Parts: sequence; structure tokens; C-alpha cells
Amino acid sequence: MTMPTETGYRSQAAALPVGTPRHHMVIFAVLLVVLLLAPAVLYPVFLMKVLCFALFASALNLLLGFGGLLSFGHAAFFGLSSYVAAYAAKSWGLNPEIAILLGVAAASVLGLAIGVLAIRRQGIYFAMVTLAFAQMVFFFALQAPFTGGEDGIQAVPRGRLFGLIDLSADLTLYFVVLAIVFGALLLIYRIIHSPFGQVLKAIRDNEPRSISLGYKVHRYKLAVFVMSAALAGLAGATKAIVFQLASLTDVYWTMSGEVVLMTLLGGMGTVFGPLVGAAAIVTMQNYFAGFGAWVTVLQGVIFVASVLLFREGIVGVLAKWLKKPL
Amino acid sequence: MFELLGIPPQALFGQLLLGLINGSFYALLSLGLAVIFGLLNIINFSHGAQYMMGAFVAWMLLTYTGINYWWALLIVPIVVGATGVVIERLMISRLYHLDHLYGLLLTFGLALIIQGLFRNQYGVSGLPYSIPAELSGGTNLGFMFLPNYRAWVVVASVVVCFATWFAIEKTRLGAYLRAATENPTLVGAFGINVPRMITLTYGFGVALAALAGVLAAPIYSVNPNMGADLIIVVFAVVVIGGMGSILGAILTGFGLGIVEGLTRVFYPEGSAVVIFVIMAIVLLVKPAGLFGRTP
Repeated sequence: MTMPTETGYRSQAAALPVGTPRHHMVIFAVLLVVLLLAPAVLYPVFLMKVLCFALFASALNLLLGFGGLLSFGHAAFFGLSSYVAAYAAKSWGLNPEIAILLGVAAASVLGLAIGVLAIRRQGIYFAMVTLAFAQMVFFFALQAPFTGGEDGIQAVPRGRLFGLIDLSADLTLYFVVLAIVFGALLLIYRIIHSPFGQVLKAIRDNEPRSISLGYKVHRYKLAVFVMSAALAGLAGATKAIVFQLASLTDVYWTMSGEVVLMTLLGGMGTVFGPLVGAAAIVTMQNYFAGFGAWVTVLQGVIFVASVLLFREGIVGVLAKWLKKPL
Repeated sequence: MFELLGIPPQALFGQLLLGLINGSFYALLSLGLAVIFGLLNIINFSHGAQYMMGAFVAWMLLTYTGINYWWALLIVPIVVGATGVVIERLMISRLYHLDHLYGLLLTFGLALIIQGLFRNQYGVSGLPYSIPAELSGGTNLGFMFLPNYRAWVVVASVVVCFATWFAIEKTRLGAYLRAATENPTLVGAFGINVPRMITLTYGFGVALAALAGVLAAPIYSVNPNMGADLIIVVFAVVVIGGMGSILGAILTGFGLGIVEGLTRVFYPEGSAVVIFVIMAIVLLVKPAGLFGRTP
């Protein structure tokens, strides 16, 4: 027990070395091959849902695992972006890629606004502040004239990519979503291993020392917060196009909790953990869809078990076992 | 009839009263959070679920065993507080050596479990809990009609808040508690059982949430989601007030309830978000919170 201090979260997983280990490239390559072949075995819509949430969780992990900031309000970016993309595609009839970009832009602006305020507090206060602002966005989505209230925005057209490729077939859309998500995952990987990412990890591990080394800690935190918000927005906008729907579920606090759970279960501060966590939770939700609130109970149990029994997460445990950072 | 700023006084005082009622719950809940945070250094995310449990246990006592409201006021905090003691011993106590965020994640998971279980059992539609006969009816104050039960809620909340403040700031037990907040190792060296004190403190904080739940049962419908959205507002209240001071938590709770009520009179669309807007302003002007110690 110590005095209440406001420190960021420190990763329990094995530290990632400087540079990009070769086995990461191998895993990415295998992953790409598996995902390219996956629709032959699994339902494409299910796979697209997994991909969207894998990106969402990876975006949160960039902030939580590498920036040491626990946001409990990431649904705000995910949800707002999906509303903007759905509205742009349906009411303005824009191409899907433009609609998605508009969603990402909206999420980035919101991320900047919330980030500027939230980074003034740390630790659990940061979590509470982000949660409260996300609730504000939820009320906005509930009352604003263009969000459709309880119904959300339904029957969003998938449209034609660049005005050329018809996306109404699930399989065509799957490969587009795969390209978007895989590209974003590589981008996140690049951010983590850039000089920027190294400073971020230094701030996570020892903020006072980073300050004394002359880094403008607040700027780094704000930058990673906006990046994370934009990537969460990309996930939300893509999901809106895939499911042709933007609804209040996407912006509610339960969604923020779900994405934290995916990251925690997969392994905070690991590269591949959020992907595994997202796949596990989405599969679980699909499997238990008919059991009502038992899904909530089960999610709670996984939360409690993850915190008490394996804080490193699935991939964190694997990494420890293989003695290789994953 | 006279009017104030173009608002009929019945509406104004009606909303003020409603704000005061909401403020009573904000104060009771943020007080519980502050007490728990002071000693345990964790944010109790399951506070809202435990508030909901309080309302449900009161409803169960009345429906299944016929135990009335007044006994429920006594029994429910003890029962729900006891579950808090068990949770602290079995789970939370294992996390003290870790980052505070794990406590938040654990109690979030517990909140999901509790809410999910109640939703499975009782559905999402509210269950009625009638106002006790002694407090039914109301008083006409001339300028407005004051329902007796609502007056009672405000009075009860003020009394409980004041009693808690007195116990922590003015008694010997409270002095131990404050000392353990500052330096648990030293207090332990003086022969005081600090782990047991931590357990009982958590139990007490949870009991406060349950008491708020019993008080709320006759006003709001008893349903599994009643605590979920409320707790987020209470988090904002806690950020605005800062958790450094017990009195600060109480004052901020009542104050923000009244501000919310006034907003409902003058700008109804903004009433749901006014507390969050105030939080944004406070973060800009005084990030540590109105009563917070600068970190």
C-alpha cells in the first residue's frame, strides 16, 4: 500500500525489444495467408466482424498497452465514426471509402477534443474522464436529429468502392475489409516500433524520467490518443458499412468495456494479443447470442478471471512460454 | 401567481426538489466511492451494481418475506455490505500490490456479472416498490407541493452523509482510518489490524451504496440497469469534486444535483449532459477537482 499516486498502467508482458524481430514478420505473413483462405471455411460476415473488432482492440491497445493510458470511453470514437459513415453513405450517397474517411476524420476531431481534456488527469481518473465524455457522446447520439434515436441508421448502402467495385457481395467486401484492417494493423505495428513509439513506452514506464529527459510528455500522450481514436473510428466506420447499420450499441459504455476486455484477454502491450482477444470474444458472443444476459455474465467472469489469474493475457502467457515477444 | 424569469414557481421548485433528490443520491454514492478510494486506492466500478442490489434486496424482502421498508433500511446495507466484505477478501485483496487500474477492471467485471444475473432473473422492466404508509402523501408549502417521501430522502441522505463525515473526521476510529490512508505500514506497526480495517471500509462503502438503493426503490422503478448509467454520472461528480475530501464529495454531489435540476428548467435538452460539461470546464480550470489536492 502506498499513497494514492497517479501512475499509468505498466505492461506485465515481456518487453518488446527495439527494432522489429523477424518472427513478427513471419506471423504477419502466416496471418495474411490464413485470413485470405478463411472465407472458404468460415462465414465472411462473421470474419469481417472479427476483423473490425481486432482493429478496434488494437487501437485501444496502442493507447493502453504502449501509452499506459486506460480509456474507458473508446466506444465514443467507434460509435461516432460509424454514425458519420452511415449517414454519409446513406443520406449523401457517398462512396464507401469517402464515407469511411469522413468517419475517421470525425473520430479524430472528437479524439482531439476529449484527449486535450482527459490527459490532464492520469490513471483511474483518466479512465473515469473518458468514460464520462463517452456517455456525453451517447446522449448526443440518442438526441441528435440525424442519428435515428433508438432505431439508429439502418439499411446503409454498401455502395461501390471508388465508384467501380460493387460491394454488395459478402466475399468482395471481405477482401476490402481485410485490406483496410490488415493495413491498419501494420500501421499500428510501425507506430509501436518507431522512435515515437519508443518515447511512448518510456513515458509509460517512467513519466517523471521522460519529463526530465526533455520530452514534452503531454504532446506524446495527446498524439497517441488521437491516433488511437482515429483507428477506433476506422474500425467503427468499416463496421457500419459491413453491417449496413449504425446503432446506439456502438456508442454505449458496454462497447467500451467489451473492447477493454478483448485487449485484456488477448494481452495488453502485446502486438497480436488484441487480435486473439477480439476473435475469442466475438466467437463467444456469436455462440451465446441466444442466451440473453448470460453473455454479459460470462464477459464479467472473463474480466474477473483475467484480472485475477492471467493478467498477461493469452498472448502474453504464450510469449512468456516461448520466451519471445509477441 | 407571480413568475420568476418567466418560469412558474411550481415548475422551478419542482425541478429544484428533483435536483436535490438526485443530488442526495450523487452525494451518497460519491461519498461511498471516496471512502473506498481513500483507503483502498481503487475505484469501485461495481458501486452502481451494488446500489441496484440494495434496491432489489429491499424489494425481495418485501415481496418474499413481508419485511417492510424500515427494517429494509437496516437489513439491506448489512446484507449487501457483507457481500462486499466477501468480495474484498476473496478478490480485491489480491490486487493491492498491482496497478490501481486492475481494481477498476476487476470491479467492472463484477458489475457485469451482478447486472447480468439480475437481468436474467427479473428482466429489464421495472418492479414496483410502494412508498411506506408513514411517508405517503405530501405537504402543501404554499408555493409548491412537497411529497413527504422525497423530503425524507433528502433528510436521510443529509443525516447519513453528515454522520459519515463525523465518524471519519471526528472520532478515534476515523482517525485510525485517516492515518492508515496516509501510511498503512506505520499504523500497522502501532498494532492496528490494517487489512481488517480495509475490508470493513470496503464493506461500509458498499453498504452506503445499498442504503442509497433502498432509498431509491420507492422513487425509481427497481430494475437491473438502474445503477449502470447513474454510476457514470457519479464518476463525473467524483472527478469534479476530487476525491481528496469527504465533505467535498458530499457538497459536490448535492450542488451538482441542484445545477442539473435548474438546467432542466431553463434548458431541458442540456440536462442529461450538464454535469459532463461542468466536468470539462473543471478539467480545464482546476484539473485536480474543486476539493482535490494538487498531485
